[in-house]
Amino acid sequence: MQGPDTRRRLLWIAHYLAVGAYVVVALFPLFWLLKVSVTPNSLLYSEGVRLWPSTMTFAHYVSVIRHTDFPLFFVNSTIVSATTAVLTTLIAAGAGYAFSRFTFRGKFWLVGLMLVTQMFPLVMVIAPIFRLFAPLGLTNSLTGLIVIYTAYNIPFAAFLMQSFFDGIPRELEEAAMIDGATRFGAVRQIVLPLTLPGIAATLGFTFTAAWSELLFALMLNSRQEATTFPVGLLTFVSKFSVDFGEMMAAGVLALIPVCVFFLLIQRHLVTGLTAGAVKG
Amino acid sequence: MKAITIEGATKNFGPVQVLKGIDLAIEPGEFVVLIGPSGCGKSTLLRMIAGLDDLTSGSISIDGRRVNDLAPKDRDIAMVFQSYALYPHMTVRGNMSFSLKLKRTASQAIGRAVANAANLLGIETLIDRKPRELSGGQRQRVAMGRAIVRKPKAFLFDEPLSNLDARLREQMRFEIRKLHRDLGATSVYVTHDQIEAMTMADRIVAMNGGIIQQVGSPLELYDEPANLFVAGFIGSPAMNVLSASCIRTGAGTELRLGASTLAMVERGLDGVSVTLGIRPERVRLATADSGIAAELVLVEPTGLGTVAHLNLGGQLLKLFTTERPRISAGETIYIRVEPDDIRLFDPETGVRI
Repeated sequence: MQGPDTRRRLLWIAHYLAVGAYVVVALFPLFWLLKVSVTPNSLLYSEGVRLWPSTMTFAHYVSVIRHTDFPLFFVNSTIVSATTAVLTTLIAAGAGYAFSRFTFRGKFWLVGLMLVTQMFPLVMVIAPIFRLFAPLGLTNSLTGLIVIYTAYNIPFAAFLMQSFFDGIPRELEEAAMIDGATRFGAVRQIVLPLTLPGIAATLGFTFTAAWSELLFALMLNSRQEATTFPVGLLTFVSKFSVDFGEMMAAGVLALIPVCVFFLLIQRHLVTGLTAGAVKG
Repeated sequence: MKAITIEGATKNFGPVQVLKGIDLAIEPGEFVVLIGPSGCGKSTLLRMIAGLDDLTSGSISIDGRRVNDLAPKDRDIAMVFQSYALYPHMTVRGNMSFSLKLKRTASQAIGRAVANAANLLGIETLIDRKPRELSGGQRQRVAMGRAIVRKPKAFLFDEPLSNLDARLREQMRFEIRKLHRDLGATSVYVTHDQIEAMTMADRIVAMNGGIIQQVGSPLELYDEPANLFVAGFIGSPAMNVLSASCIRTGAGTELRLGASTLAMVERGLDGVSVTLGIRPERVRLATADSGIAAELVLVEPTGLGTVAHLNLGGQLLKLFTTERPRISAGETIYIRVEPDDIRLFDPETGVRI
């Protein structure tokens, strides 16, 4: 009598243990980031490995905000990431819609070409990109970063958007067009509201990708005014020492915009909005 | 003036021609059912009337106006989809008022139109729900309501009942028919269900292989099928189809099924092999002295009647009777057919002789 019941309970426990273990492994570095950022420099090496320091300090945060260029990097990163996210999502939504709904000449090759761009390691194209960007005045500028991030994120974002459009039945647009809407009107009033989760996911994906990108930001921009935060983090590493406390404090600060961003869009990330559109 | 006129309409999808020249005129207020097996082109034809698919050649006119190059929104037609295609993020009210809002109808008029339609369909209480909170039958009604509020020139139905269970389908069949009687709007209804076609249509258009096989009233198609396709597609259980031959004898030309003579036929058919069609309910039980002997293979009671599967000289033949004969498999029974009930077809082309 207790057989299947016990079995189910054990499976349930195993399931949650596995999920718990994953969460701990995934979040532990973040916790360590926070812990080090509030540990006074004097205690950093003297207390051994402890889960929480015996005394806490926000001195690192104060120092990062008052005495470094971090606020500037922060603003730069926000501008670059937000613009990239919006541009990429707009273009990717258009491309994804076309891939999902239309058949046109060269579609196969276009998709293939977009895939190919994703296959090269970025390091390979850094030098040519630099040579192209320098005469155009796109090095040492945020615009340059926005251009290259947008270009590099579009293929994946377009495929992502396509999969969301594929999930919306064609009949919905057809019904709207018969009801008196133009194709654009049908997309705006019917498809767009239903694609909000997809748009939110794409925005989030590109925003984080741009926010944490280091290679291009490091190679294309050398001037302080056009430095983004990942590059800025490197300034805490000097030849002889690493200022762990400030670096971690900066890292924690850098998490804030991403967290806020996901907090704003998380409502739209829930799926299941299309349930009930067609036969359930 | 015809409500809808289709002339020489063809449609190619790549190298495949799915419609091979369709000519059809639909009268105002008529309820026309397009019927045929999957892939016969009936849905494509409907989508071309709606403007969702382009014509490869030919023309379509609605109310005398050529609409080939008109967007769906400018054709003033309403369509009910098989999947209902309700807007999931809108309430029932939102779904039903969508088209009127696009036309910038005054909100009071919209409210009245929606209330009327909801009342007509018995969905007043559901008006503020989202589609996902509705059952299949309720969604179907909302889809109908969305079409009705517009008072369009024509209603198009694309297999609207196929997702419903049998009882609900029967009920909706009746309701759609009643709505059509009350509203009197021209309707084109696509289905693969011959019972829907028989019960609902003013006229049936039977299609196969991208060609119209026959157009006529339900009973015309049932009683006088133009070819073997229509004969086999309309009616359940299906018409019996048997090979027979016409033999010249002293008395005239006899239609022979194996060794049995069924009827006399015209002289011109001397020596010709024909395909013989006869409805199962027209095959009658007879006595040993007047009937043709057949072996009973299987008996299917349907409640309404009995379907008896017979072996007649190596060919299978179905008999349907509403009497309840005490017969069982393995017996030999005797049948007879009236000459008037026999339909003859050319075995090569399938065309009625």
